[in-house]
Amino acid sequence: MGANFAPRKPLDMSNTLRIKKGVDIRLAGEPSVQCSDAPQPKVVAVQPTDFPGLTPKLAVKEGAQVQAGDALFYDKTFTSVMFASPVSGAVKEVVRGAKRRILAVTVESDGAGTAKDFGPWGGGDRDALVAHMAAGGAFATMRQRPFDVLANPADTPRSIHVSGFDSAPLAADTGVVLEGRMDDLQRGIDALGVLAGEGGVHVGTRSGDNTLGALKGCTITGFSGPHPAGNVGVQIHHTAPINKGEVLWTMGLQDAINLGSFLRTGHYSAARVVALGGSKMNDPRHVRTMAGASLSDLCVVANEGARVISGSVLTGTKAGAEGYLGAFATQVVAMPEGHDPKFLLTEGWLSPGLNKFSMSRAYPTWLMPKRKQYTLDTNQNGEDRAFVVSGQYEAVFPFDIYPVHLIKSIMVNDIDAMEKLGIYEVAPEDFALCEFVCTSKIPVQSIVRGGLDALKVELG
Amino acid sequence: MKAIHNLLQSVKPHFEEGGSLSRFWVVFDSLETFAFTPGHVTHSGAHIRDGIDLKRTMFLVIVAMTPCLLFGMWNIGHQHHLSLGAPSDLIANVMVGAWKVIPLVVVSYGVGLGIEFLFAGMRGHSINEGYLVSGMLIPLIMPVDVPLWMVALAVAFAVVVAKEVFGGTGMNILNVALTARAFLFFAYPKQLSGEIWIHDVATSKAGGMLVDGYTGATALGHLAGTVGTAASEASAATMSMFAEGGMFSLSNCFLGLIPGSVGETSALACLIGAAMLIWTGIGSWRIITSFLAGGLVMGFLFNLIGANAYMTISPIHQVVMGGFMFGMVFMATDPVSAAQTNKGKLWYGFFGGLFSIMIRVFNPAYPEGVMMAILFMNVMAPLIDHYVIEGNIKRRAKRLTVAAA
Repeated sequence: MGANFAPRKPLDMSNTLRIKKGVDIRLAGEPSVQCSDAPQPKVVAVQPTDFPGLTPKLAVKEGAQVQAGDALFYDKTFTSVMFASPVSGAVKEVVRGAKRRILAVTVESDGAGTAKDFGPWGGGDRDALVAHMAAGGAFATMRQRPFDVLANPADTPRSIHVSGFDSAPLAADTGVVLEGRMDDLQRGIDALGVLAGEGGVHVGTRSGDNTLGALKGCTITGFSGPHPAGNVGVQIHHTAPINKGEVLWTMGLQDAINLGSFLRTGHYSAARVVALGGSKMNDPRHVRTMAGASLSDLCVVANEGARVISGSVLTGTKAGAEGYLGAFATQVVAMPEGHDPKFLLTEGWLSPGLNKFSMSRAYPTWLMPKRKQYTLDTNQNGEDRAFVVSGQYEAVFPFDIYPVHLIKSIMVNDIDAMEKLGIYEVAPEDFALCEFVCTSKIPVQSIVRGGLDALKVELG
Repeated sequence: MKAIHNLLQSVKPHFEEGGSLSRFWVVFDSLETFAFTPGHVTHSGAHIRDGIDLKRTMFLVIVAMTPCLLFGMWNIGHQHHLSLGAPSDLIANVMVGAWKVIPLVVVSYGVGLGIEFLFAGMRGHSINEGYLVSGMLIPLIMPVDVPLWMVALAVAFAVVVAKEVFGGTGMNILNVALTARAFLFFAYPKQLSGEIWIHDVATSKAGGMLVDGYTGATALGHLAGTVGTAASEASAATMSMFAEGGMFSLSNCFLGLIPGSVGETSALACLIGAAMLIWTGIGSWRIITSFLAGGLVMGFLFNLIGANAYMTISPIHQVVMGGFMFGMVFMATDPVSAAQTNKGKLWYGFFGGLFSIMIRVFNPAYPEGVMMAILFMNVMAPLIDHYVIEGNIKRRAKRLTVAAA
């Protein structure tokens, strides 16, 4: 096993890596490749809870008039990093939760689309570029590994990684996302090249897909295989794994495009091509909108009992039809809730299970063609148990890391063991499939998030 | 289905906090979740979940055991009639078997689940499914004529000491079913040897009804008698039983037409179970195949040494006798007490198989080496995992020093 995972040196363009472990869950309601402009959202929300590690400080009061690009809040630690309003209008509400924690700042759009002018980037040194991006809101989507949190603008990362495709179920299509945006993407990648240390910029592509082949100034690696091949963490692990003491940055493909657009025009951009999918979504397709857009303005959901998720079914957040598109979300999924108890013989654990999807072959659906699409609901399909079955996580976790042992070390808060077992390399999203396949229904992603937070606190 | 649901919902208030039957909440909860997978929905993280749960997993293990159970029932009757020299037919055999096995199953589940309910009630958690499998394994590894009170005692000991004191299903170090067997082996050595492997053989013997030369001992019991003596005439008589046409010929052992514990005799039935476990992905193929390899290697080494008659038995013959196959398929693969890492499973299985054959040949006092070997490997499993994971940690540390250089 070790040989399969042996760390590899950075590769040239012709290289392709095959990710063997993982699974593609084929869900009903795949979005078509048609893409249209969504109506201008009437309300948008910027939600601090989308950014792990952020402690927001408000920069505006309710009722204030803002332009697109005006800061709504900034980070308490990295005070230069601004979180900007994607539209012009009036600040509608500061939504707070328990202990007055800020959950969202909503802005009512005036429809004028006036934007604050930061001026096109005319070139300059690294520090100037960081300051320019941070002030204009274009640094907010930069994340760092370890910990998978907001990046510290004072760091120089070893390298910067961008995943050029999303392998999650019902994900947005890279070709649709990139249509007409290659120039901005190149500009964004060039800027990342200025920010990155000696490791440079790395872009992972779906092997065989040459859409990103023309990119310059970065190392391109092709990846084949099932989800999570598109996770940037998996791509980092198989090209240039993170070691203790190193800092890497990651940025989403669409955020890199927006960065390029910001540098070209001087106007903040939160543009998003979003895949609308799922069995309860009417007319699954792609739409052009912006991060933070109100979902009720964005999509039509088939019926009221459906769950509307901002993000993927594996890692997204339950937004509700009245919710908002998350800061990093590139898809919206509407799927049936699973509140109804399932009788043992018809739908439960003794049923034939002809519509149940399982990585184990405990249901006969493993005999069906791989293309079969499943309509899954949100039922947990079982009760919470202690770890019993072994070897399940390993089959969907393409890292040279022992996932169960890492999770157990987090559960007992053994910082030393977490470090040794490789917690630096992972983000909660990398464990999403482990959580999916778990017989004991262990909330793996939230455990990993907790471990990363605890370690961050420990290290100061 | 709707009617059952409504019935459960209508009585539910009595069992809830403050209801007149609230102390029986655990019982109600386990019945309700047995009948209906609850409408629990996901909240964050993965919004969809795999269709599998622990109930399905355990159920499939029980399904995999049914060939052993059914064949075992038939074989009990078959051996009984054989010992009397009486003609045996399918119905009569199964009737005798059912008469013996059903009480064992009832006692095993009754006592085991009773204790589980008690502990779950005390601790206020729901019943775990682990005992569904243990409760079926225990009757299958019992001698036919074992007194039921002994089974009850063994089950109680195993569930409390091997499982509940560690925190229940998923937390135990030793395999629960094997602990029950080991308890009997050490607590009642006298009662557990000799004439309990075949139904009523002791009474038949006293009544002079036995077929000439029929002793009622198991294959391993006979072989244990040859150890310590050089290949002499006495052992030659024993060995002839293992030759072609003998009582313990290779084909008889493989098919399971020999005396032994209820469900262990047929290697064929065990292999059918193994195929089901591996196909469904529930049993680890790594453990099963490496366990078999370990047994064959040890049998082959003994062939090379050949110091006594026992050692000259062919490796294939060794692994189809006694509880080797049953232990390999249903005991060693218990995911909780086995090694957890994929690499560790290979070592765990290999040494389990190796020691099974080694113990039975080296120590005639323990004819059933597989039980001792698996319990020993249960204890060693965390150590094996430790070294596998240390290797992973070292590899990561090495990468760091390479990066720093």
